[in-house]
Amino acid sequence: MVAPALDPEVQTNSTTIEGAIDYLVSARPDAVSPDSRDGYEGIIVAAGQLLEIARMIRDDLGFDYLSSATAVDYLGEGDHMEMVYHAYRTSGGGALVFKAQTDREQAEIPSLTSVWRGADFQEREAWDLYGIRFAGHPNLKRILMWEGFHGHPMRKDWREAYYEEEQKPFDSRWPGGHVHRSEEKNVFGKNVAYPPDIDLGRLMDTSETAVYQSLGLGVDVERIMDKDGFETNELVVNMGPHHPSTHGVFRMVLTVDGETVTSLAPVMGYLHRNHEKIGERNTYLHNIPFTDRLDYISSMGNNHGYVLAVEQLMSLGRRYNEPTYRCEALRVMMVELSRIVNHLWAIGFWLNDIGAFFTPVLYFIQERERILDFFEAVAGSRMMCNYMRFGGLFGDLPERIKSVSNLTNDRVRDYNTMQFLTEMINERIPRTIDELELLLTQNEILIERSMGVGVLSRDDAINFSAAGPLLRGSGVAYDIRRAEPYSIYPELDFDVAVEDEGDMYARYRVRVTELRESVRILRQILPRLEATKGESIWADGKPGAYAPRVPLGEAYGRVENGKGELGYYIVSAGGRNGSMNPWRYHVRAPSFINLTPMGVMCHGHKVADIVGILGSIDIVLGETDR
Amino acid sequence: MELNLQELNATEFPVPTELENNIAITSLSQLYNWGRRNSMWPMLFGLACCAIEMIATASSRFDFSRFGFEVMRATPRQADLMIVSGTVTKKMVVPIVRLYNQMPEPKYVLAMGACASGGGPFKEGYNVVSGMDKYLPVDVYVPGCPPTPQALLYGMIALQRKIDGQSIANGDDVPWYGVGTAEATPVPVLGPDIIDPRQMDMIRRQAEASARDLDRLGGRELPAATQLVAAKVETRETAAEAEPIDDDALSFVLPAGAAPWAEAEDIREKRRLRALARKALRASRRAAAVEEG
Repeated sequence: MVAPALDPEVQTNSTTIEGAIDYLVSARPDAVSPDSRDGYEGIIVAAGQLLEIARMIRDDLGFDYLSSATAVDYLGEGDHMEMVYHAYRTSGGGALVFKAQTDREQAEIPSLTSVWRGADFQEREAWDLYGIRFAGHPNLKRILMWEGFHGHPMRKDWREAYYEEEQKPFDSRWPGGHVHRSEEKNVFGKNVAYPPDIDLGRLMDTSETAVYQSLGLGVDVERIMDKDGFETNELVVNMGPHHPSTHGVFRMVLTVDGETVTSLAPVMGYLHRNHEKIGERNTYLHNIPFTDRLDYISSMGNNHGYVLAVEQLMSLGRRYNEPTYRCEALRVMMVELSRIVNHLWAIGFWLNDIGAFFTPVLYFIQERERILDFFEAVAGSRMMCNYMRFGGLFGDLPERIKSVSNLTNDRVRDYNTMQFLTEMINERIPRTIDELELLLTQNEILIERSMGVGVLSRDDAINFSAAGPLLRGSGVAYDIRRAEPYSIYPELDFDVAVEDEGDMYARYRVRVTELRESVRILRQILPRLEATKGESIWADGKPGAYAPRVPLGEAYGRVENGKGELGYYIVSAGGRNGSMNPWRYHVRAPSFINLTPMGVMCHGHKVADIVGILGSIDIVLGETDR
Repeated sequence: MELNLQELNATEFPVPTELENNIAITSLSQLYNWGRRNSMWPMLFGLACCAIEMIATASSRFDFSRFGFEVMRATPRQADLMIVSGTVTKKMVVPIVRLYNQMPEPKYVLAMGACASGGGPFKEGYNVVSGMDKYLPVDVYVPGCPPTPQALLYGMIALQRKIDGQSIANGDDVPWYGVGTAEATPVPVLGPDIIDPRQMDMIRRQAEASARDLDRLGGRELPAATQLVAAKVETRETAAEAEPIDDDALSFVLPAGAAPWAEAEDIREKRRLRALARKALRASRRAAAVEEG
């Protein structure tokens, strides 16, 4: 479904976002109205006409890529549910934000899966967590929680078992500092609460049968036996949630005909640890360490997206200073280093998946260890860096850092930081990438194994809202650092990696090119760091407020993370002069949405290839399940 | 514990001169534990962020094979140690308990990181289990978020020290050296919220009480967690004092009429008594030997 060439008449008016909004409002005044709330953007579409307007947005206006679809519960702020959609053009530019509102009690909105199949999982998530029904959705089942769970937990009036107060800091903890154990206050001594109408007489675990039913399957044993006896046709195979190659607690239910996969459905939620619910109780600053734990391979990138989103909101207020140049340069350096870590990890474990068990990983994560040593010296932690702040950073680079001289002996040496960085960026990392390419790129086994496997076509990639190397491996040159630049990326010289084949090998090539491009960016950052030496990382020389009051409105901050487009949708509401806690904190997780086309990509391949295809998408469960 | 050969050779038992330094004398427990503690194979089982540090600990820089955690096994049937590496969610605890039940004894559990130890930063989440020890017996807790590879190694070495202290002569010490079959940990059920079968009677009493209370108030519309907490009539402390519920009321909840864990309690009690008897016997024998000698 390539976006058709724009009607010239439409195009003249609607290349800009404002033009597109004007076009929609004037063409369909009955269904579309501009969102006039303070700090909000985009349009509000009447729920009845949503499907029609969405088609117009995609086909007439060329916004062919649905980045994010999420729900917001405005309890007490208008008492309605709202679905918020962010659509982009794959040619670049800003978002057309469109919203549909519905009643809280009988929440129902037409499903957009027929327009963008990428909305599939996101709508299921909105049903699961908010209880919004999507008319026309092919498989409206819970996705993160299990079928049979009581209530829709992200609703503002739903309270968890360990509920204490609506928002942090809790009175009991601050400023008094009386810490208690939640277990002691709970009747069962556990994090559980049961509805009063719990029927213990008919207690059955229905979550498993619901999974199979939603796939149109009976119980697996029935499928094996043919009516004549032992003839086997189709077999249901469960991979995960405990399986060494699912990159965590991810599960796939496959039906196989012999060795060939006939259908595949991802089952997730085994690491759903309620980021968003906890995030909406937290203050804005509280959330930064939580973002570390989303994509735990590249925490710096996660920090960056969240900080950008909140800064967007803060810039609406008066007391806000732009981050300094040195701060931006440091941010970009950290993010690019995490991208290198991420891609080395991804390629290493992808090889693991296609049969080169663990040896390649050992080579690739050597360099990772060195980068982590650097992160530890700068931010204090190897993996969970918690480094970025609104308008600044946790700290500047230290003068000297400690790292091991050689990974086969753990003797720690003291280095001058800039010297260490220069050596790492100019020599060590390129050497590692050369070694990697020497071993793999022309490797016949690798080529045989990965070329033509797991193909995702260009149109499918866009329609399924794929992001990152998965999208660029399918021939779409869409990199947010170029499509909607942020930070100091516009002045940096680098190319967007893209391959046309759409198979596993193309994704591998994209990652290798991105490794090289990251090194290229880092080489440009080093002189910028030297030039800004001594400059403060905070605009007015002192750290930002501990609990900033964020102006009302909404913001969508997105960055190109190692795994794809990482977006944060944040709504500040509930106060008059701004809020201390986000009203809505949503993470548009690339790992989650990239799994939507998994079934299409795996169809007709062998079971052994499924594992490789999953590895080539590169998911991390902290982000998939949040 | 390292086997110190010098110490083993310098024994009080008479060894012929020509065999000195060739014969080592030790207790069976010590020898057995020495073999066991130096071949603890962890299960290849990652949950969340901590799993990444666990992989780092297994790979070249830190390399836990040096200490006998030789290879990670993907199947629980070949594993001695379950490293719970990350946040345990309610949805995941069901497979975890099942995996634990599939591990052969002797088996150990190491809770890696804040989440597995007590819920960590995600403790208040509605899908999070506040600590692996709510469902399984945990041997070692390693703090950190995530623990560094060094911290994990330290925890694993602490587990080795724990094994050194266990005795195969004392059935009361660890369950697997006793007699009888080992009972499986009951697998939780995913109902409206996660249900621990061991707490079934308590849940039942609570549900009844809150339903009664709400009936009096004129209905029970909103099946939310809050109402149950609000209509709290008893806490864990008062529950212990409350009158016991009759078995008939429980019988439809339980599969075979009898409570399997009551049976397990029984076996455990018998085992304890037997161990005590053995202890007393040993003591009396020793006393007799002292008297004689």
